[in-house]
Amino acid sequence: MITFIIRRLLIMIPTLLCISIITFCIIQLPPGDYLTTYMANLAQTGESASQTEIESLRVQYGLDKALHVQYLKWLWGILHGDFGQSFSQNKPVSELIWERLALTVTISLITLVCTWIIAIPIGIYSATHQYKLSDYVFTFLGFIGMSTPGFLLALLLMTLSYNYLGTTPGGLFSDEFISAPWSLDKIVDLLKHIWVPVVILSVAGTAGLVRMVRANLLDQLEMPYVVTARAKGLTEIRLLLKYPVRVAINPIVSTLGWMLPQLVSGSVIVAMVLNLPTTGPLLLRALMEQDMFLAGSFIMMLSALTVIGTLISDILLAWVDPRIRFERQQS
Amino acid sequence: MSAAADGKQGRSPFSSEAPQADEKLYLASQWKLMRLKFRDHKLAVFALYVVIALYCMTVLCEFLAPSTPNTRDAKHSFAKPQRIRLFHEGRLRRPFIYPLEQHIDDETLARTYTNDTSRPLPIRLFVQGAPYRMWGLIPMKRHLIGLDEGERLYLMGADRLGRDLFSRILYGSRISLSIGLVGVGISLILGVIVGGISGYYGGLIDNLIQRFIEVLRSFPTIPLWLALSAAMPATWSQLEVYFCMTVILALIGWTGLARVVRGKILALREEDYAMAARVAGVTEFSIIMRHLIPGFVSHLIVTITLAIPGMVMAETSLSFLRLGLRSPTISWGVLLQDAQNIRAVNLYPWLLLPVVFVIVTVLMFNFLGDGLRDAADPYSH
Repeated sequence: MITFIIRRLLIMIPTLLCISIITFCIIQLPPGDYLTTYMANLAQTGESASQTEIESLRVQYGLDKALHVQYLKWLWGILHGDFGQSFSQNKPVSELIWERLALTVTISLITLVCTWIIAIPIGIYSATHQYKLSDYVFTFLGFIGMSTPGFLLALLLMTLSYNYLGTTPGGLFSDEFISAPWSLDKIVDLLKHIWVPVVILSVAGTAGLVRMVRANLLDQLEMPYVVTARAKGLTEIRLLLKYPVRVAINPIVSTLGWMLPQLVSGSVIVAMVLNLPTTGPLLLRALMEQDMFLAGSFIMMLSALTVIGTLISDILLAWVDPRIRFERQQS
Repeated sequence: MSAAADGKQGRSPFSSEAPQADEKLYLASQWKLMRLKFRDHKLAVFALYVVIALYCMTVLCEFLAPSTPNTRDAKHSFAKPQRIRLFHEGRLRRPFIYPLEQHIDDETLARTYTNDTSRPLPIRLFVQGAPYRMWGLIPMKRHLIGLDEGERLYLMGADRLGRDLFSRILYGSRISLSIGLVGVGISLILGVIVGGISGYYGGLIDNLIQRFIEVLRSFPTIPLWLALSAAMPATWSQLEVYFCMTVILALIGWTGLARVVRGKILALREEDYAMAARVAGVTEFSIIMRHLIPGFVSHLIVTITLAIPGMVMAETSLSFLRLGLRSPTISWGVLLQDAQNIRAVNLYPWLLLPVVFVIVTVLMFNFLGDGLRDAADPYSH
């Protein structure tokens, strides 16, 4: 088990390196650099910067160097926890991203837990009541949930809340807490607001997961061992929870790997509609302004999160499923 | 529940028909079995018809639309959807609508609309209306439905400039529905080539390709799409943006297809018939193309069907966030840009109607894919 974890950790290194290269290429894609955008903005307001001023800025930001030098400098900085300077906000990137990343991860994790808590019982119920009316109702609702875009749900929830409760559920904090330092009150306030994005994000995930639990469990219910256990006189509920459900749930652990990136992706769009202080809106702005270190760090960190998510799900899978552990020991 | 099982249960074992029916099933080709099994899945068959209808709609949108998408009318800014009625003054008539009358409040300048109930306007078929070019080529004036000359039909309301939303949705379907197909097409080509190479040759190449796919897949899609869309220069023409969007959408999609192809080829290349072909001196390219790929075409079709709705949804979401297509291009996502805030949703809820089309499309493709998945394996029970 430990060698397995170590091997997986070693594989992560080249993966993350590749990701950093691709990320760097992507943020370099738009024609021009931050200074072009900067000058265009200045020109719009009627000001202009002198050539020497621009040149000195260029040198200061390291934009005058060759691309691979810029990349290596960026990578070297990241390894030391220095993500570079945000051009537009004039602050170190690390100051800007951590809180937003933490909020994104919090929303994603709460959503993940909610999804599992809701989806697994419904999936089990659906599978044991196959082709009954309730099964059809859940299946239908599931498909609707899968087909509704997140931004529409966000928009509808906001409108309903505005019409009937008189408040807009935008943001994650009440006004008085937005710039307040972290405290217990602030966390309570966060929990009061966080349910909106969690509900929106849970809908699509739950729908998909219910389908999966149902399909997996249906496969298991036909197995001879279920018949054997039933013939031996095990009560239906114990039989169900002890054997087929346990096997059927294993693949769901592996969904953690792809659910996490999906949730992060989904939260970006929902965050923009709801105007949440998570990664989404700032990432979008950074991309638009070609604030490359800020945008690059966001993409890099979100991808790293995904890689870590996959790693955790692999380890969990080996931990809950003895068959996988056994196979590994054999090889 | 295959058709074979039905045949056995439905008829008495002594009747002479039963063995014949079974015989037919034994001799039926794989495709025929799939067709039979697909027909059992009522919902999927229904979804297939809806999808066909949707695509017919995109092909004929100029003719079906009561108006052209860019005809403005200040007198009908934010006009509400007109209801089709059957009773005028208590008497049954052919379907008609009441024309809208605009009133502007002198102080707030707010517009309100009332129905002019004195003047019922019958909805006519094949009317002469705004001129257009069918498929951009043939000049025509006939529209499937419409009102008498000079009156405007707003079945789904109008936007700020008084353009008919229904017509715009129909025209928008052309972009929104084709972007999924083109995107999937690109993914398919890439996926089959890369997955085929990876699965057939195995070894180091396979390892490298699989690692690369893993790296690509570990990017969260939306931030990646955001970054790539933001990289599109604002000066690009509509066509360039459209093409770039499909490429961006396909960029992630192909990895899933490549995995399916690789897994299947890994399994199939060990089959005897593949070995026989190799011994007979068939080139490797044609072994993959002619002997291995036909073995899992059905699985590919399922994967493709289930990939299209994701792309339709992605295009809508990106355009909604003003990162994908931009007006004057018309797509469902672009139309939804008008309904971005609570005010718009409250005052002009019909601006959200394009999303209904998105949901129906995605839903139907999912049903269809579900039915096809069951049918793709006709030998399972």
